[in-house]
Amino acid sequence: MHNPGLTELVGRTFVSAGSVTVSQESITAFALAIGEPETTVAPPTFAITITLDKSQELLQSSGLDWTRVVHGDQKFSSTRPIVAGDTLVCSSTIESARVVAGNEIVTVRSDLHSGEELVASSWSTLVVRA
Amino acid sequence: MTTFEVGQEIAPKSYQVTRELLVGYANASGDQNPIHQNEEFAKSVGLPDVIAHGMFTMALAGRYASEIAGNSGAIREFSARFTKPVVVPAGATAEVILSAKVSAVTPESVKLDITAICNGEKVLGMTKALFTR
Repeated sequence: MHNPGLTELVGRTFVSAGSVTVSQESITAFALAIGEPETTVAPPTFAITITLDKSQELLQSSGLDWTRVVHGDQKFSSTRPIVAGDTLVCSSTIESARVVAGNEIVTVRSDLHSGEELVASSWSTLVVRA
Repeated sequence: MTTFEVGQEIAPKSYQVTRELLVGYANASGDQNPIHQNEEFAKSVGLPDVIAHGMFTMALAGRYASEIAGNSGAIREFSARFTKPVVVPAGATAEVILSAKVSAVTPESVKLDITAICNGEKVLGMTKALFTR
C-alpha cells in the first residue's frame, strides 16, 4: 500500500478553508467548453470544478501520491442546480479506502453547502495505480 | 410534456472530441493533467496517445441527458464509470456516440441508462441519469 495511513482516515471529514463564489463567467466558460448552450444554471458536472480540486488537496494532505491517480468513477447528486452567486463551502469525507490487486481505491464524497443548505454532493473514486 | 415509458430507446447522438476541445475543457475545469494535452507525456506514462478527460466524456453524456430532459437544471443524479479512455490523436476527431434507454419513470422523475461508444468500445460504464419532470 502506498499510503499506509490512509485507511485510518476513512470516515474523517475535512472542511475546506474558505468558500467558492460561483460566477456566471465560470458557468458560461464551462458550458462553452462542453458545448452546452449558454445557460444560467450550471451543467450537471460543473460541481467537479470545485470538488475534484478540494478532494485532491485533502488526499495530498493525507500523503497520497497524486501523480499516480486515475479517476475510476464519478457520481453527482443535487437538490437543485448550482447557480451564479452561490457561495459554496466544500467538505470532503473519505468514505472508503481499499487495496485491490495492489491498486489503492479511495472514494471521496464532497458536499457543497450554501449556508445550511446542501446543494450538491460529488463522489469521486480515485485509483492509485500500483 | 414529453412522454417517457420504461424501456423506451432514445435516438443516439454523435459528439466530436478534438485536442482543441480538451484544451478548452482543461482551462474551464482546472484539470490541467498533461495526459489530456501533451502527446509526449501521455506516451511516456504508457498511454497510446492523448486521452480525453473522463469528466469531459461524462460532461458530453450530461449534455445528452440534459437535451433529453429539456433542461440541464433538471438533472438531480448522474453517475458514470470510466472504463476505457477516449484516445484523441493530433489533427483527428474522436467520435463518441451516446444512446439511452429509459429505466424508470415516476410522476416526478425519469431515470436513464446511457451508453457511450467510441471506436466500437464502451468508454463509460454504469452511466445513469435521473431528472425531474
